[in-house]
Amino acid sequence: MLLIHCPHCGTRPELEFSYGGEAHIARPADPSQVSDDDWASYLYLRSNTKGVHAERWRHVRGCGRFFNALRDTTTDRILVTYKAGEKPPGEAR
Amino acid sequence: MTRQRFSGLSLLWNSLGGHRNWRAQWRRAAPQAEYDAVIIGGGGHGLGTAYYLAAEHGYTRVAVLEKGWIGGGNTGRNTTIIRSNYLFDESARLYDHSVKMWGDLSQVLNYNVMFSPRGVMMLAHTVHDVQVAKRHVHANRCNGVDNEWLSPEEAKAFCPPLNIEPGLRYPVLGAALQRRGGTARHDAVAWGYARAADALGVDIVENCEVTGIRRDTSGAVEALETSRGLIRTRKVGVVAAGNTSVVLGMAGVRVPLESFPLQALVSEPIKPVFPCVVMSNGIHAYISQSDKGELVIGAGTDVYTSYTQRGALHVNMHTLEAICELFPMFRRMRMLRNWGGIVDVTPDRSPIIGKTPVPGLYVNCGWGTGGFKATPGSAHVFAWTLAHDEPHPINAPFTLERFREGHLIDEAAAAAVAH
Repeated sequence: MLLIHCPHCGTRPELEFSYGGEAHIARPADPSQVSDDDWASYLYLRSNTKGVHAERWRHVRGCGRFFNALRDTTTDRILVTYKAGEKPPGEAR
Repeated sequence: MTRQRFSGLSLLWNSLGGHRNWRAQWRRAAPQAEYDAVIIGGGGHGLGTAYYLAAEHGYTRVAVLEKGWIGGGNTGRNTTIIRSNYLFDESARLYDHSVKMWGDLSQVLNYNVMFSPRGVMMLAHTVHDVQVAKRHVHANRCNGVDNEWLSPEEAKAFCPPLNIEPGLRYPVLGAALQRRGGTARHDAVAWGYARAADALGVDIVENCEVTGIRRDTSGAVEALETSRGLIRTRKVGVVAAGNTSVVLGMAGVRVPLESFPLQALVSEPIKPVFPCVVMSNGIHAYISQSDKGELVIGAGTDVYTSYTQRGALHVNMHTLEAICELFPMFRRMRMLRNWGGIVDVTPDRSPIIGKTPVPGLYVNCGWGTGGFKATPGSAHVFAWTLAHDEPHPINAPFTLERFREGHLIDEAAAAAVAH
């Protein structure tokens, strides 16, 4: 089980969290204007990175807030967590 | 090399020699400089694809490249459940194609894959489960796939260890039974295909990791860079399960896949007590008993993407709690081993089998948490696809383009769980 550092509450066991998938994927501002390819990419294509992966977690059984994490998918080690809306810390990349 | 045929007589003959004269079942091949087709991934689906390319389409210069050892990935890590009771027409055709092939696979390969159609029973615990299960029963029968509805008493008669007390937190309200479903010996499937393919001249190259895909000026595949040197080929089939995104990324192809850890575990071996396969999607328990006597138990996926081939203990505990409630006699069983595999999951939980935008590059992926059952059928239609450069009618709906066109085969919504 992962130990995850919520930027608002501190380090808690994984059971307190839900996973929110890949981070930093923006919904197109005007869906009616994007091509089918771009819309399919937004809906379905994920990086599925083997290595450092930016992802969302939600502290659903704590503060209830979303935040982001950089995790290495080859070790499951979480390198850093940061608040929603922030850019991923460059030095961890 | 001529294949040593297995039979009762050969078993008897070799027993007289103390079993010291059995030959290796396939060659330890080194990669050649060029092939007519190369399969990336030495699991059941990949080895089967190579076998059918050679046996049915006349390909003699074929290689299977495996970065580890054959059958060491998900083929050796699954819970061996075989069934075809899927909701949608496209899925029913694909999975039933496979179930039909399981029937005589041992004879075709001259290798005992221990296919045992002992029946797969899927439990319903709520009114909604019952409605969904009955819908599946009717849809399956319309597609010529056997499935029948059992009352709780009939379910217990079919599987005596089942607890049907009404006081359970999730009582058994009935079950859908596919009698043609069952299990097979997973390692034997990989070995049987490897041996049969090798006998037809296929090179099975282990410890050979693909590190790059070279393309010519037109964009078509021309060679593979591997840890054992450059291999020229114009036809590449990627059957790399959880690592498919990585391999296709070498050719700039993106696929709608995410890789998750899926865990399974086995108990200590005991005498035969469990006659069938029982699945409960609602409370997440999958259980059968292997011919060695171990209870084979499937747990769920972890919530996050990963390539680690391991998962968290609480995922296994969740499944074991459900099993202990359904089968109280197993409460004091000890678990012997647990492990994880990396499964490639598509948004609609149906596989992708077909061409990619890169000429000469084909993919068979997205089997998610339930690919073992499809091994023969998947390999058969994928070999056809490689040989004809177009999909077989059975896998024609399972394209990469369906995600752009919206023609999903949404078994995710139909089953409501991983399968």
